[in-house]
Amino acid sequence: MLMATSIERECFVATLLAITAINRYWQSKAFHAIVTGSKFSVYPATRVIMAVQASFLKNVAYFAGMSQEELDSISSFLFEKTARKGELVLTEGGPADTVYFVVAGVAKVFKTSTDGKEQILYFVRPGGSLNDVPVFSGGINLASAEAVMPLTLYGLRKSAVEALMPRHPLLARNMLKVLSQRVEHLVSLVEDLSFRQVTNRVAKVLLEYARSDDDQRPKLTQQEMAALAGTAREMVGRSLRVLAQEGLIRLERHRIVIVDEPALRRQAGIIG
Amino acid sequence: MSMPLIDHSKCNGCGLCVSVCKCGALVMAGKVVRVIETESCGWCTECEAVCPTGALTCPYEIVIEKH
Repeated sequence: MLMATSIERECFVATLLAITAINRYWQSKAFHAIVTGSKFSVYPATRVIMAVQASFLKNVAYFAGMSQEELDSISSFLFEKTARKGELVLTEGGPADTVYFVVAGVAKVFKTSTDGKEQILYFVRPGGSLNDVPVFSGGINLASAEAVMPLTLYGLRKSAVEALMPRHPLLARNMLKVLSQRVEHLVSLVEDLSFRQVTNRVAKVLLEYARSDDDQRPKLTQQEMAALAGTAREMVGRSLRVLAQEGLIRLERHRIVIVDEPALRRQAGIIG
Repeated sequence: MSMPLIDHSKCNGCGLCVSVCKCGALVMAGKVVRVIETESCGWCTECEAVCPTGALTCPYEIVIEKH
């Protein structure tokens, strides 16, 4: 710094802070005017904010391929909502009447079991949407959503969507695409969830029935392993192949060789 | 060498296992199935899977590899 005295330095800093504060004030006023559709006098900051918002909406899957006029008419129905890190923006079981689009930050969508365990369904990044399904299907939130960092959302009420859909056919088409992709993701997750647990139980059975020099345990068929692991015979086959692929066991002609016992114990959830 | 096991008391001679076997280890002998010892048997266990009565089994021995 070239300032000679501490007073001059303080004045400089104060001026900078004042300029920043004034700029923020005008930006927020203009921004608020845009999302509520109210009139606002032309000001340099307004044009910058409108450009930012228009480019953001273009990246939202729901609004893909729409013209600027369409986006402008839709954006007048949007309202802004912010959340701090850790704050809940949706509660599982609560009434669902708003679709949210993530503008900035990331939201974690999860369900909570009766014994308090959390199962994450997916993360939503800027451009993604929250709570679409219950708004169109029923009425209650299917999952909770939490901000994992400071979050900015645009909300669109169900009544607004219903009003917009007849006027914007592209909106319905885009929504179908988004929801279908969501279904695909969830199906894959269900498969992983149920499958993973089976593999762990099969790993446990293998360890329990492993022979040692002084303990000649009986041989097991896949059907018997399935009964012990509480699953179907086909799942045992898949689990064995996965465990072999991961290098924990080796499948030989009529023998299963446990190659990595510590890793198999971890897979089985055995600690120590 | 180890081959799939047949419990003749359960075998009903349906022949599904013979149809599914890829290596010729299983043959129809009159009304029941016979296992022929062959190195071609890769332990695919499909014969065990298709058998409706559980007469055919392909058990696994589970061992821990010593390093």
